[in-house]
Amino acid sequence: MSDWTLIIYCGLITFLTRFSMIALLKKEMFNDRIREVLSYVPSAIFPAIIFPAIFLDNTGSIQIEDNPKILGAFIAMIVGILTRNIIATIFSGLASYWFLIFVV
Amino acid sequence: MNSNFKIFLKGIIDVSPLMIPVVPFGLIYGILAIDVGLSPLVAMGMSLIVFGGASQIILLQLFSGGASSLIIISSVGAINSRHLLYGAVVSEHVSDLKLVWKIIISYFLIDQAFAISNKYFKKNNNKNKYLHLVGGGFTCWVVWQTTSFLGIILGSAIPEKLGLSFAVPLTFLAILVNDFRKIINVIVILVSGLVAMFGYNYIPYKAYVIVAAFAGLVTALILTKMIKKQ
Repeated sequence: MSDWTLIIYCGLITFLTRFSMIALLKKEMFNDRIREVLSYVPSAIFPAIIFPAIFLDNTGSIQIEDNPKILGAFIAMIVGILTRNIIATIFSGLASYWFLIFVV
Repeated sequence: MNSNFKIFLKGIIDVSPLMIPVVPFGLIYGILAIDVGLSPLVAMGMSLIVFGGASQIILLQLFSGGASSLIIISSVGAINSRHLLYGAVVSEHVSDLKLVWKIIISYFLIDQAFAISNKYFKKNNNKNKYLHLVGGGFTCWVVWQTTSFLGIILGSAIPEKLGLSFAVPLTFLAILVNDFRKIINVIVILVSGLVAMFGYNYIPYKAYVIVAAFAGLVTALILTKMIKKQ
């Protein structure tokens, strides 16, 4: 398969996952119960990207010791809870991460 | 000012803070794409056709690891499975729109645009609120294409040591900030995160994203039911 064919397939599957529910579902198909459970979607999905990116090293093994990303993410989380500010959350995380790898 | 344009503009303004970490994310993508041996044209074409950061990064990782096309495509599908749920949430608000708008919204329905517009949709109920998502999505699109392009041009000039890839989980963490204070959300976050972390190497086809999300949603289903019974 050429690079372009691969990309077009990946683009198509990306588009279809986004489009299928929008195109197929109708308003009447939602009751309060489904709505309530769906409100937990972000909490159910984002950690699946966050946790591996923080706790796993480049080879995919779990790395708990000597991992500045854990403290960086923890500080970002505390700042996030206290300030509820997106930019403050991200920058406190990046700043403490850089402090740990470049200064300490 | 036209009220429709105001909603579009509100989408742009609301999504802007989330664009700051997208800048390093896009740069990382461009740098990585050249690094694994894609031609600049193919790398840029991927940003235009796929338009999804996580999908593109996974695609590159598997491509450089020599995975088969079938594995790459199904992994991208698994990574994207979260969009099925975004679509389900958003569909309620856009069900009356014309097909062409549904196609445009689907192309723009990425994590950041979804997170911001989902909040807006819950609070506002006018007919043209979908323009908020179009504004947010369009902003993401411009930032993603520009930074991908710059990353491709810069190539290896940016030191990997800077650890800019850490901006990726931080972005997603920041999106969840409001959920950290609610106990059910915290439990759902932990269940999903731990399943993804421990299942990363054991769940085939990089399906850990959908498996973790499913575990998280089932947890939410059980917990909300238990609380109602009390």
